[in-house]
This record gives sequence, structure tokens and C-alpha cells, in this order.
Amino acid sequence: MSLIIARQLTKTYIAGDIEVRAIRGVDFTIEPASFVSFVGPSGSGKSTLLNMIGCLDPPTSGSLEVVGQDTTQLNRRQAALFRGEHIGFVFQDFNLIPVLTVFENVEYPLQMVQNLPKQKRQDQVRELLKAVGMGDQGAKFPNQISGGQKQRVAVARALVTNARLVLADEPTANLDRKTANLIIGLMKEMRDEFGTTFIFSTHDPKVVGNAETIFTLEDGKLL
Amino acid sequence: MLRPFLLWKTANCCKDLTQAYITEFSKDLIPWGTFYEEIMFNIFKLATRNLQRYRRRTLLTSMLITLGVVAVLLFISISGSFKAMMIGQITDSMLGHIQVHRKGYLASIDSLPLDRNLKGKQVAMVKEILDKNEAVEAYSMRIKLGAMFSNFTETTNIRLNAVNPAQEMQTVPMLVDRIIKGKKEGLLEKGEILVPELIAKGMRVKIGDTIVLVATNKDGSVNGQPFIVRGILEGISGPGGRDGFIHLHDARTLLRIEDKEISEIAIRLKNMNLLDKVFAGIKGQLGPIKNKMDKPVFEVHTWQKLTPFFNIARMIDLMTFFIKIMLVAIVLVSIMNVMVMAVYERINEIGTIAAIGTVPNKILSLFVVEGFLLGIFGTFVGVVTSLAAIAWMNAAQINFDFGRQKGLLLAPTISAGDILTVAATVIVIAVLASLQPAWKAARMDPITALRHV
Repeated sequence: MSLIIARQLTKTYIAGDIEVRAIRGVDFTIEPASFVSFVGPSGSGKSTLLNMIGCLDPPTSGSLEVVGQDTTQLNRRQAALFRGEHIGFVFQDFNLIPVLTVFENVEYPLQMVQNLPKQKRQDQVRELLKAVGMGDQGAKFPNQISGGQKQRVAVARALVTNARLVLADEPTANLDRKTANLIIGLMKEMRDEFGTTFIFSTHDPKVVGNAETIFTLEDGKLL
Repeated sequence: MLRPFLLWKTANCCKDLTQAYITEFSKDLIPWGTFYEEIMFNIFKLATRNLQRYRRRTLLTSMLITLGVVAVLLFISISGSFKAMMIGQITDSMLGHIQVHRKGYLASIDSLPLDRNLKGKQVAMVKEILDKNEAVEAYSMRIKLGAMFSNFTETTNIRLNAVNPAQEMQTVPMLVDRIIKGKKEGLLEKGEILVPELIAKGMRVKIGDTIVLVATNKDGSVNGQPFIVRGILEGISGPGGRDGFIHLHDARTLLRIEDKEISEIAIRLKNMNLLDKVFAGIKGQLGPIKNKMDKPVFEVHTWQKLTPFFNIARMIDLMTFFIKIMLVAIVLVSIMNVMVMAVYERINEIGTIAAIGTVPNKILSLFVVEGFLLGIFGTFVGVVTSLAAIAWMNAAQINFDFGRQKGLLLAPTISAGDILTVAATVIVIAVLASLQPAWKAARMDPITALRHV
């Protein structure tokens, strides 16, 4: 069964007096445990599409089913709960919480979103940090580690909830080539180990090469 | 370890969302109390870390709250001490807590009318009621009169209270402390007079001197009687504060009163906090008693009606109230300012935690708890500082003058009730002040917040 099914998905928003059609009736399906990339130039609708899949932005029309749930009808709270349960996020700027240590950053979704018992969540955090190669960096704060390490922590945070799907918007944009490849490699490894679907957006052709499924977007349409 | 969990989730992936959550949360459910305790602990931990992020700002805001709390608590304690001392002096050395007069006496009290005295039969009725009242500690029968005071070379007028010394000392126990010269024991004997300080100085009389009092009785006939100066009385603020004292028996002979009539009955209560209740009881018993013309016989008043100082006490209360309003304003503005800044500076972070699934209520709680902690911290330091300052003032034995009274001891105290009220006010206002910024944070659109630079 497909993990994501999108039918005639559109997104229109108003910018000033202008109506912008960011996504224009796209159809696609994504299977579980796949490694997918949305590519396209700036303004092509990559981020908008990822935001819709991630229940951060509701579509204007069309249907979108994620992990068997019609996400177009979720209210704000339900969407938050759904994200906390099924979706992990990796951001371009890492977006770690500066007042929390590496360990606490990874623990945050289990603690504040899923409310798991202490022992269970700490076991999961330790396992994930070890898996992303940050097992010995748990006590450090985000300002004490490098960009690549921050993104590893971000990947661990996205996966720690046993998310079925990880969305990464330009995850390598702020990293050098070598680190970018390491992060993409790590994401693939995690996919292989945990069966998590990774969807990322990029316009870097060398990163795109790592993807197993590529959707090309242009002016809000899939080519 | 993760794999079985993931497989379990895959199997349930198509179920209704709510059902999935119920099943999911049941699986890992923490016991009810522990669950919320842990959530609250985590929220408090994160809020504390966030406050530590901008230490200087947190410290400055807390200091502002501390200053406000200290100002209010010190004002309450000092003004309260001043108020309690003045009320104590007035009630315990002059007025008593409640007074009973014949109807209409108080309206013409300045002229000390002898024709408005309570008759012996009426006095007996009051006595019977007071003797049965368990809240009454003591009462004193007084005849108030005006007289001419002569030292044989000069004459002046004087207001006098004629009292039964034993009753008077029980009813107004601090009266003896106002005797600044002369014997205090027993207050006074028949044939003796306690002279107010002003008259003693003006008429140059000393302890042991003989003076003559000349008074007109209610029939208009004049009589004189010699008295020995037994003591000099310190004057205090308010009506009656400069009155002299003679024995009740002497007043009856001076005024040629044959009936056991009385001008006023001063009553002391065992517990002043029961003033309103006891007053209502006595008034309820005496009020309905009517004379032959179907008019009320008695009037009953609390000390508050008998002295202008009560208005000063009310003004102090009003000032305290306005100072509390200022404290509320300080807390409101400072916390709101800090929290608005905190939300503005952390928009991107709010977007992140919202995106990864933090529900709006929890985001709201995070910011409200920050405001709450600021309030708690500021209040705690403020209360500790205030208590230390109050203890220091008591240890330092600070004296001050009030009107003609010199060397009054400042003894500030603060009740647990006042501390709790101020602390609760500050904390509630701190929480209320954080609500608006917290609400804004909770309602923030995650995409807009994530795009914020």
C-alpha cells in the first residue's frame, strides 16, 4: 500500500493582490521505504509540496493521503498530533533548540510530543544518536558542534519517534559537498535500517543523484 | 528495538487517526499522575533554560518585580504598624472599642451636656446586657463634664472624665502609661485629679499641688471642690486626648448628682476582630429600647465613629491599595515586555517545535510558565528581602514622633495573609501578562514561523 497518494493536488495563495498558483493539480504516489527527491528551480513549488505532505499547509483542492490518513481535513491540533506521530522533519538551517543539549534535542519529540516514559525515550535517543554517529556528543549544546553534526542530530530527531516519513527541505544547502554527501548517505542508511521513507527537496544535481525516485517540478507542475 | 514498533505502526497505519492515537498512547501509557507531573516537569525545565538564555534580562525583570514587592510589603508593614499603634493608643487609652450613650449625646458632645446623661435605671439595663455578653472583657462608666480649673491665682477651663479607676484601668489599660509624672498604681483616689500636660504646664501646677474645680450642674447651680494633683497626663491626638481625670464619686459630689447617672459607657472587647459582630449584637439589644415617647433611648458606636483617626486609617488603606495597583502595573508591563520579546526572538524556534508536533496548548504553556517563573522568582526574592528589612527595623528599635507624641517605637509587622495576597497577586498578574504573547506563539503558523529570519 502506498505511503502517500496525491490526486489533483493544488495550492493557491494570495500574495498582495496577486493569486499565486504554487501547485497546479499534481498526482503522485510514494511507496514505503523509498528515497525520493523533489527537484526544480526556486519557486517551482518544492517547499509548498513538502509543506502539504507534512500537514503544515492544507491544500486548496485535491486529495492527499499520508500514512493512510486523509490529511486535508485535519485541524491544527490534529495536524500537530499527526506530525508528531508519523512525520519527522529535517530543516535547511538544522533548527536545533539552542538551550537543549544534543541528547535533549533528540529527546524533545519523545518528551514533549509523544510523552513517552523516561527510560524508554532515553533508550531510543541513545540508539538513534549512536546510529547517526553522535553517540558520544550527547552532552554538547548545538553551538558546540559543526554544521554536519547538527544535521546528523536533526536526522536523529526526525527518526527518534519511529516516524514513517521524514521530510527534508534542502537538507544539504548549508553544508559543504563532502558533508552533504555524508548526510545523504546517512539518510539512506537510516532508510535501510528503519524502513523510513525519506523525501527531500533540492536543486543540487549532485545530491539528486542519490535519490531513487525523482519528481521534477516546474511552475507547480510535475514534469 | 525500533523495528517491531515500526511494524506495529505499519499494521495500524490505515486505522482511524483517533483510534490509532488511543491505541498508541495506551501502549506506552505512563500512570496518570506521573504523566502530568512529567509533562509539567519538562515544561518547567525548558522554561527555566529559556529564562537562563538571556540572564541579564531575566535578572532585570525579576529585580523590577522584587522592588515592587519590597515596596508594597514594607509599606503595608510600616503603615500597618503605625495604624495598629495609633488605633491601639486611641482605643486602649481613651475610647475603648465600643461606647454607649443616651440618644443624642454624641451630637452635642462638644458641650458635654449633663442633661443627656443616662439615668440610673438605663445604666442598669446596659450593665445587665454587658454582664451577660461573653465577648465583653470590661466596661467603664464615665461622667464627662466641663469645669473651671483654678490654681488660686489663675483659672482656665478643663474637660474631665470622671471614672471608676478599677473599671477604667480594665477598659483602657494603656491610660496609666500616659501618666508621665506622678504615681501610676491604682490610677487615682477620691479627691485626686490627673491633669493634662498642657494645662499643667500652662497653670504651672506640680504633683501634690491643690487646685479647685468649679462646675455648673444641669440645674445651673455652681459648686467648687478642691483636688490634689495626683499625676500629669500625656496628651494624645484625637478627642479626649487632653482630658483630665477625676474619681466618679467626686464628680457626683461636685455636680450634686444623686441618681447614679452616667454620660458614657466605654466597652473593651476580648477580641477586637469581633468588633463588628459584638457591636451588632449590643446595638440589636439596646436599639429597640424606647422611652415613653416611643423614641430610642440609647445610641451605640464603635471607636471608628468616635475619632477622626479612623479616616486617616482609611486613607492609609487607600494608599496601600494604590501602591498595590502600581505593583500590578509594574509586573504587568515588565513581564509582558519580556515575553513579547521572547516570542519575537524565538519565532523560528516556535515554528520548529510546532512542525515536529508540539500542540498549540503546550507551546502556550511553555511561555506562560516562563512568565510564571519570573513572577515566582521576583516575588520570592522580594518577600525574603522584605522580611529581612522588617526584622532589621525591629532589631534597630527605630523611634519617630507623631504630632505631640515623641519617641514612638516603629514596630513593623506583616501578616502571612498579606504576604500571600501580594505573592498571589504578583504571580497571577505574571501569568496573565504572559498569556497574550504565549497565545500569539501558540497560534503562530508554523510555515511563517519557520521562514522567519
